[in-house]
Amino acid sequence: MAAHLKKRVYEEFTKVVQQQQEEIATKKLRLTKPSKSAALHIDLCKATSPADALQYLLQFARKPVEAESVEGVVRILLEHYYKENDPSVRLKIASLLGLLSKTTGFSPDCIMDDAINILQNEKSHQVLAQLLDTLLAIGTKLPENQAVQMRLVDVACKHLTDTSHGVRNKCLQLLGNLGSLEKNVIKDAEGLTARDVQKIIGDYFSDQDPRVRTAAIKAMLQLHERGLKLHQTIYNQACKLLSDDYEQVRSAAVQLIWVVSQLYPESIVPIPSSNEEIRLVDDAFGKICHMVSDGSWVVRVQAAKLLGSMEQVSSHFLEQTLDKKLMSDLRRKRTAHERAKELYSSGEFSSGRKWGDDAPKEEIDTGAVNLIESGACGAFVHGLEDEMYEVRIAAVEALCMLAQSSPSFAEKCLDFLVDMFNDEIEEVRLQSIHTMRKISNNITLREDQLDTVLAVLEDSSRDIREALHELLCCTNVSTKEGIHLALVELLKNLTKYPTDRDSIWKCLKFLGSRHPTLVLPLVPELLSTHPFFDTAEPDMDDPAYIAVLVLIFNAAKTCPTMPALFSDHTFRHYAYLRDSLSHLVPALRLPGRKVLSSAISPSITPHEDPSQQFLQESLERVYSLQHLDPQGAQELLEFTIRDLQRLGELQSELAGVADFSATYLRCQLLLIKALQEKLWNVAAPLYLKQSDLASAAAKQIMEETYKMEFMYSGVENKQVVIIHHMRLQAKALQLIVTARTTRGVDPLFGMCEKFLQEVDFFQRCFIADLPHLQDSFVDKLLDLMPRLMTSKPAEVVKILQNMLRQSTFLHLPLPEQIHKASATIIEPAGESDNPLRFTSGLVVALDVDATLEHVQDPQSTVKVQVLYPDGQAQMIHPKPADFRNPGPGRHRLITQVYLSHTAWTEPCQVEVRLLLAYNSSARIPKSPWMEGGEMAPQLETSIEGTIPFSKPVKVYIMPKPARR
Amino acid sequence: MPEIRVTPLGAGQDVGRSCILVSIGGKNVMLDCGMHMGFNDDRRFPDFSYITQNGRLTDFLDCVIISHFHLDHCGALPYFSEMVGYDGPIYMTHPTQAICPILLEDYRKIAVDKKGEANFFTSQMIKDCMKKVVAVHLHQTVQVDDELEIKAYYAGHVLGAAMFQIKVGSESVVYTGDYNMTPDRHLGAAWIDKCRPDLLITESTYATTIRDSKRCRERDFLKKVHETVERGGKVLIPVFALGRAQELCILLETFWERMNLKVPIYFSTGLTEKANHYYKLFITWTNQKIRKTFVHRNMFEFKHIKAFDRAFADNPGPMVVFATPGMLHAGQSLQIFRKWAGNEKNMVIMPGYCVQGTVGHKILSGQRKLEMEGRQLEVRMQVEYMSFSAHADAKGIMQLVGQAEPRRVLLVHGEAKKMEFLKQKIEQEFRVSCYMPANGETVTLPTSPSIPVSVSLGLLKREMAQVPLPEAKKPRLLHGTLIMKEGNFRLVSSEQALKELGLAEHQLRFTCRVHLHDTRKEQETALRVYSHLKSVLRDHCVQHLPDGSVTVESILIQAAAHSEDPGTKVLLVSWTYQDEELGSYLTALLKKGLPQAPS
Repeated sequence: MAAHLKKRVYEEFTKVVQQQQEEIATKKLRLTKPSKSAALHIDLCKATSPADALQYLLQFARKPVEAESVEGVVRILLEHYYKENDPSVRLKIASLLGLLSKTTGFSPDCIMDDAINILQNEKSHQVLAQLLDTLLAIGTKLPENQAVQMRLVDVACKHLTDTSHGVRNKCLQLLGNLGSLEKNVIKDAEGLTARDVQKIIGDYFSDQDPRVRTAAIKAMLQLHERGLKLHQTIYNQACKLLSDDYEQVRSAAVQLIWVVSQLYPESIVPIPSSNEEIRLVDDAFGKICHMVSDGSWVVRVQAAKLLGSMEQVSSHFLEQTLDKKLMSDLRRKRTAHERAKELYSSGEFSSGRKWGDDAPKEEIDTGAVNLIESGACGAFVHGLEDEMYEVRIAAVEALCMLAQSSPSFAEKCLDFLVDMFNDEIEEVRLQSIHTMRKISNNITLREDQLDTVLAVLEDSSRDIREALHELLCCTNVSTKEGIHLALVELLKNLTKYPTDRDSIWKCLKFLGSRHPTLVLPLVPELLSTHPFFDTAEPDMDDPAYIAVLVLIFNAAKTCPTMPALFSDHTFRHYAYLRDSLSHLVPALRLPGRKVLSSAISPSITPHEDPSQQFLQESLERVYSLQHLDPQGAQELLEFTIRDLQRLGELQSELAGVADFSATYLRCQLLLIKALQEKLWNVAAPLYLKQSDLASAAAKQIMEETYKMEFMYSGVENKQVVIIHHMRLQAKALQLIVTARTTRGVDPLFGMCEKFLQEVDFFQRCFIADLPHLQDSFVDKLLDLMPRLMTSKPAEVVKILQNMLRQSTFLHLPLPEQIHKASATIIEPAGESDNPLRFTSGLVVALDVDATLEHVQDPQSTVKVQVLYPDGQAQMIHPKPADFRNPGPGRHRLITQVYLSHTAWTEPCQVEVRLLLAYNSSARIPKSPWMEGGEMAPQLETSIEGTIPFSKPVKVYIMPKPARR
Repeated sequence: MPEIRVTPLGAGQDVGRSCILVSIGGKNVMLDCGMHMGFNDDRRFPDFSYITQNGRLTDFLDCVIISHFHLDHCGALPYFSEMVGYDGPIYMTHPTQAICPILLEDYRKIAVDKKGEANFFTSQMIKDCMKKVVAVHLHQTVQVDDELEIKAYYAGHVLGAAMFQIKVGSESVVYTGDYNMTPDRHLGAAWIDKCRPDLLITESTYATTIRDSKRCRERDFLKKVHETVERGGKVLIPVFALGRAQELCILLETFWERMNLKVPIYFSTGLTEKANHYYKLFITWTNQKIRKTFVHRNMFEFKHIKAFDRAFADNPGPMVVFATPGMLHAGQSLQIFRKWAGNEKNMVIMPGYCVQGTVGHKILSGQRKLEMEGRQLEVRMQVEYMSFSAHADAKGIMQLVGQAEPRRVLLVHGEAKKMEFLKQKIEQEFRVSCYMPANGETVTLPTSPSIPVSVSLGLLKREMAQVPLPEAKKPRLLHGTLIMKEGNFRLVSSEQALKELGLAEHQLRFTCRVHLHDTRKEQETALRVYSHLKSVLRDHCVQHLPDGSVTVESILIQAAAHSEDPGTKVLLVSWTYQDEELGSYLTALLKKGLPQAPS
């Protein structure tokens, strides 16, 4: 018994002691932080062998060091450095010094002396290189300190003569990064000799080691980047390096030449072996062009890329890049392009039937043929034919940039671009189509070129076809045959790939409105009208017929004579299409018909069309609902929501605004309805059940507000305030409902607290917008805040309830541009009756192809969800590379989703849909306190969730049991 | 005088029967061993008796290198190795090794079975010959023996075509075989590093041609085929089994894939099928696109191209057929042609050159009525010509010469007249001499091979330490002792050499007397000399010793009175042979006399 008692005593005693210990421990932990250096010191002293020491250092390097203890650590390290004999440990210490000096809040000038000191006594080349690297870190940390920079440059110069390439490399790097700018050198009276950094670096262009040569060029480029004006003398040195044996040297040299050519485009340089002189930029252009046929593809890519940005080059040089004098058996031969052009101009459409059609004609003077061009000859011809697609892409890009700045060049490069449409790599084809689109303002397609372009419409890749449609939207066609050809090919495309319907219609819309005069003579043929006979009325649902009509109606907009050619049913079809496809069919002034818009309001300005006005008006009306009785308000809201939804369906360009406002109104409607509930008038405990409606409403409002906040692009801060305000109201509602339905004060206490925090948060986030929220819920709430803070939950709820009922409906200002994010899953189509069979436990890959509209940053927000019949849901994050960006505001997701499940007895459907993930902290601007590490108010901010934003697609799958 | 000798036995100012003998650094190498298409007698093979009249070939040749599998480069190989007799190594790349016997066997069949030739090599001989082959990888340096090494570079042209670098010591020759500098649908472009050979032997088939972009040709081809099948017509493409056939197959296959076409494509069975198998295997030898995508799908596993059956020719509806042979002179292609020629919707595309007298040549030159087996055949189908050639054009050849930077160029595999033009261009642009020997003509090129000498590290370091900043790429003078021992050369410091050879060092001093007119005392003369030298030789250590002599580095100068003429002082200058340079400079300086010092 005594023992038992004793034990109990001890138990209690120990308990107390333990608590104390814990407290002490926590304190100790804080104390040990600064003495990290001491621990390191002990470790290093313990180390018996260099390998041990290295291990300790490696361990040490894994943990971060605070700014205040850096200096101590550095001292310890240095101390150890002096004693250490093993170069590998010294190397590690040197690298640690570099890392430490990068610590924010630590000024490394105090360790510079030591670093320079140990540098002088160091023998190992590797350690030297590392130390120089450390000095570089120190130097870049102190960009203001001239004296330090001068000293470091001095050190670097001293070690430039080192025998190891690594040390020379680092020295040059140091010079490039810290070499002072000329003017400051003169001013500086430090006593250190002012050095011409450029001269020093330039001397190392002829170093024996290619790595050092590269480093020297890079250092020179670095100087340029830091704003130092390079001397023109460097140009000749760099030109010599173009014939270096090593690719990295050549690659860097090409860059340097480009830089110099941009600095001194107009200076004159002599052409070797002749008396002529040319502009430097032309000379450099020729030299870089020559590098397009270099032996190394890295250099070729580099050269091709840089060519694109040399816009000052004279046009005569530029056009040479597309010129390749052909010959066959010493006779001049015309290129296929020239022949095509000639055929076209002679009026013959197609030929090339005869052997020897391309037979060479004139004799060439053997002396005049120059097989190796000094200039730019044929650079792009070579670049576009290159073996590596990287080079071809670079060449296409360069071509694009040059063509944008020079219309005449654009005309010339057209043939080559068209040729690239048949490249074997899809990326290259796509790139060239995009390029063509970008330069399409400067060009008009010839018929034979158009023919080649249109041939690509049959490509099986949707990307390519869509890019081509975009291209056709903005091309200029020269003849009516061209238009006809385009239409025929587009219709062919439509029958082959019916999914392209919208894209083709859009394409024809632009094609029509660009070329009204060319379409005019085609109209009778296209509509198959006959001067004497009535022809059968075409099927109105035929997409091809609609396509033709879209072309014609858009052309008719600027061509008033055209409607005279229409037959009766055409007018009827016009009226129908104008209604159903209003974004594709413009308003026409048709003879004998009153134009609707002019009848109603002739005074409206053209940019404010009636539907826009309608939207405004209905919204205005809603905002007056404050004065209506509840019943009336509800009805008005319901009607308006209905109107808005219909409007959104009809007018696709207004869909975003209409939906956005409708959603907001729906929230308000829900709120009003919830507040109209009878439950508020009756004693609380009786209405447990009916409050369902109110809490459901609160929940729905929350959901809708998230949708409003994250599903629309173009939402501005003033809308966000309103949305948050609505959400706050919903939360208040939730709180009240909970207060009414739950018994006991404990849970309520927490909820109240949370709610008040959210109010607080709201205030902090939107302090600037508060003046706009006069008379609103939050405005009143904030007035009463001091009182609320001190009140009991029951009282808070009461106040809230009152305020909620009194609060006014806030006017939602409409943003300029607002679009709802939407997604359509194209594939899987969900129509297949054949289940996708796979062995259970293994995976099956399901191709998902979807278009996303108006999604910002889809790479991080769009997810794919798979719902299995057993309720299991799987969320897949597509790779960033799976998203393509075919146009502004549009994205395309092409990915593979892996499905797997245990065996089923029957095939069953899984649902695939796209989700939009959101993170509410992303939108709210970060305020300083958040960085301070306060956690409490972030509760609200870090809400994450997903909104489904595509129609789910059902996929029939059948996991079979594995056969043994 | 070391030299490189080159003798073309075939392909000298000619196309076909490539066979070039090269003697380099005492080694004899035979490059290619081809047959000539134009001859059916002895002239079709190179004249191997030129190599050795009555000895064994194996004793004379160190190795044989085959650049690629075309018969004009390897057709004579079994005859050469089995009938003439050669047992040494034959080098070729792996794909060449795989495909070469198929073609040789085909060639043998036509020669023996069809033409009934006797005294031709047999199948067994082909097999025996292939046993002597050593396969090499790209960029692999193969040591043929201790001194001779060879290395293969990618050449494009056909699957497995390679350029070879042959190297003995520091002398080297590059032989290009046939090559292509522009990539095509299935092969990449030839590439060589800056190996700076003493001699570059290059083909020059298209020496006077600069070709148009390949894309136009491809596009034309595809457009024509596509239009015809869309009209419902049939397309016949006569091809030879290897090379172009695969390129066109790939071209059509990808086009079909891209355009989602369903029209069937056939190729005639047999040789092509077997060859396709090898194309599938040697994916590393193909171009970037095929290499990168073969993980998903091997491009040579054609999805749309199926094997042809004789009965298919009568099927209704459009189709595309590749059929052998390429010139429409016999076989399947001719049969199909006869069936389809009457319909104007159909089309025949000739992708290459046709020899005179063949049906292909006739229709290409516009003949519309053909006499065939006694019957008149009217050709209503369209006839197209499409040249797909895989040789480098003049620009390509120049590009390769520019890449390799050879000291001399030798042209083979081309027509003399065209070579003349290219030769002139090469000499003009690169300023290197260029040769174009005819068959049997020997070109002798003197070389100046460099001899490697190993330098002791100590000596190098000592020299480096003396001058602070080593000026790269500038010759420097270095003192040392060259030891030639057991066939290798070493450069060591003289102390070490003495030690190694067990010799004692002898001091060698030069002394020289310089007479000076000076009436003053010896001491003063010495002092004047001292101050003069001090002012002239700022970089050197000039000292005035207490015994009255002056030293410059290790050179001693003493002044003494002339025994006869007191007005003349004799300066005794003495230096060791190591300081010869400075010593002779000093004497020259002193001989000029001292300046009339104001003292």
